[in-house]
Amino acid sequence: MRHRLRVNPIACEAHGMCAELLPERISLDEWGYPVLDAKPLSAELVAHAERAAQACPTFALLVERRRDQ
Amino acid sequence: MSAPEPPGLPRLLTGIPEHGALSLREHLALHGELPTFGARKRRGAQELIEQVELAGLRGRGGGGFPAGAKLRAVAGAARSPLGGGPVVLVNAAEGEPASYKDRTLLQALPHLVLDGSELAARAIAAEEIVLGVCETATAALRSLGDALAERASQQSRGAPRVRLVAVPNRYVAGQESALVNHVNGGPAVPTFTPPLPFERGVRRRPTLVANAETLAHIALIARHGPDWFRELGIASQPGSALVTLSGAQLAYPGVYEIEIGSPLSALIEAAGGLDGQLRAVLVGGYAGAWVDGALLRGVALSDEHLAPYGAALGAGVLVLLSSESCPVAELTRLTRWLAAQSARQCGPCVFGLDAIATVVEQLTLGTAERGAQQRLQALAALVRGRGACSHPDGAARLVSSALEVFAQELADHARHGPCAACERPSELPRPRPSAATTGGASAKPKPAPRELVSTP
Amino acid sequence: MSALVPTLAAAGSSSKLDWYLTRSTGTVALILLTGSLALGVADVQRLSTPRWPRFVVDSLHRNVSLLALVFLVLHILTAVLDSFAPISLTAAVVPFVSSYRPLWLGLGAVAFDLMLALILTSMLRQRIGHTAWRVTHWLAYACWPIALLHSLGTGSDVKSTWLLVVTVACLALVAAAILARALSGFSGASIRGRGAAIGGVAAFALGLLIWLPGGPLGAEWARRSGTPTALLGHKSSSSQSTGGSR
Repeated sequence: MRHRLRVNPIACEAHGMCAELLPERISLDEWGYPVLDAKPLSAELVAHAERAAQACPTFALLVERRRDQ
Repeated sequence: MSAPEPPGLPRLLTGIPEHGALSLREHLALHGELPTFGARKRRGAQELIEQVELAGLRGRGGGGFPAGAKLRAVAGAARSPLGGGPVVLVNAAEGEPASYKDRTLLQALPHLVLDGSELAARAIAAEEIVLGVCETATAALRSLGDALAERASQQSRGAPRVRLVAVPNRYVAGQESALVNHVNGGPAVPTFTPPLPFERGVRRRPTLVANAETLAHIALIARHGPDWFRELGIASQPGSALVTLSGAQLAYPGVYEIEIGSPLSALIEAAGGLDGQLRAVLVGGYAGAWVDGALLRGVALSDEHLAPYGAALGAGVLVLLSSESCPVAELTRLTRWLAAQSARQCGPCVFGLDAIATVVEQLTLGTAERGAQQRLQALAALVRGRGACSHPDGAARLVSSALEVFAQELADHARHGPCAACERPSELPRPRPSAATTGGASAKPKPAPRELVSTP
Repeated sequence: MSALVPTLAAAGSSSKLDWYLTRSTGTVALILLTGSLALGVADVQRLSTPRWPRFVVDSLHRNVSLLALVFLVLHILTAVLDSFAPISLTAAVVPFVSSYRPLWLGLGAVAFDLMLALILTSMLRQRIGHTAWRVTHWLAYACWPIALLHSLGTGSDVKSTWLLVVTVACLALVAAAILARALSGFSGASIRGRGAAIGGVAAFALGLLIWLPGGPLGAEWARRSGTPTALLGHKSSSSQSTGGSR
């Protein structure tokens, strides 16, 4: 099972909590919007990613699960 | 026009009248009756989808997605148990200023598009056809209205009902999810996908969103078969295509039908040639890619041939820029226009495209900071893929190709400011004024960046 | 505490302890509610420092709100269990049905209902979607003034200095938070909306200034606010012995 980060750019309002909670994969551009690392999440990071997704005030951050190809 | 028609052409544009539209009777006399694909409904539907797949038809709205695969996807999409079948949504929104092939088709040859939508509807068992037409295409709207009235009298029982929807004249309104959003009563701005329209579109039903020209091709494939379709074009992209050729110095700008893979130089010749030297071609419209005019010999009109230049045939939009123009001034107009056309839903697009336009403006005036070209390249990379639709990607492509093709002019402007040619009127086709000024844009403002109250 | 026990025994019931607890938990709940509102504004204004990043401000807002709810529940339970004033559990949740100061207690019930709505919608945010949540969360700006009015109208300590200081401090903090939000360049609020917010704060503060002297701070408020006559005598004596007056 592979996990991937995705952001809904319409819902995103640049609160920036995701970058605080998952700096390993998320950084903010000059306007405060998230730039996601496209690599699949390692097992240790999944829990942090889900926490970051929960913290997002607009539910813009998504952790997508996909079966291994 | 001087050059004789190449064999096999025209196809779509056969019998196109000088004025007005081809009537139903004339249309049937020219192309023959619409085939019904056998008595059994489901088998017939399968057969049409197979024919379109075998023909290798690719979407003509810009995406280039295989039409047969799209038909199959919608036909196979899960049905809601509450009934209400799939919908065919004809995309003639054509918000691209430099394109008018779709409205031309609808205005002069509406029955070709209506045939195609009827066939598609049968193929996916749709009960409804929605025609999404740009609100400023008044002639096309009128012509469609007449054509629908003609067909209504001949309508068989159980034929899908057809309705006409005017679409705001905004660039992103033609994006698939935006068009579906508008037809559903919402604003004409893109939505976050999944779910894609083929799964859940108009009124939450599986929806086939198809460009008007694509459907016109289907109308002919159904009559003449996939082998006939493949007689023109190249293996990877068979058939013919409509292109809109424009440019202030061009003798006969307009909509032409070409064989896919044919050289651009032949098209320019057929259009009466350019008055002066060709500096560059904008391939793909206002958010397309620039190709250096010096490379014209090698430019053939197909995705395969255009790929090395970072371009694609897309919706067949070609704008010729002569050596008399100032490419940097044109770039300023283009980037500012693209920024204004943002749906304003996604931060990177709202702020990124504005930043791009601002830097280009500064470059034009010679007031840019050092490393402005690098900044543009970085901005292009920053906005790519970070919107809900590919609008920022288009702006990125325009800017990246311009940095390469117009490197010299950009450097000159950075150092010396405006040139003599900056004063000249634009060679680009003017964006059509919209009937409504607020159509389509989302009202919700994006939070301003970096006004974050933070203390060290 | 040791001095208090004989006093409590002399009063002949646990009602005094309950009454203490009701008033103290109520006051703490009001303070926490104030803090929650201020943090909520800080949250939406994207306030953050290196030691207090965004997710901390956000979590703090949520946790302070929950804590406020806890104290609110204790406040209600002690008020209901207290045998002195006839406040039923129903009256705590259904507004204006109590026989004890129906209007002012009822406001408390309204504030409690709003609190419940705010917290439940926040917990179910994922289900109801962001827009529905955001619209209901505006009720927070109704909940706070209603809670304050309840405290001023129902509370038996209203004439004491400490409560007036707390009230003024809470009002100042809320006013500052709302003004900061209304005046900030950040947000899509219209001029009309901002004007309404500033006007609302000014009107509320002014209204209190006009109402308080003749109202809760004036004579015979206990009777005028709807305390049952049977309790009126008790009321004044208990407030004297607990040092409720200046």
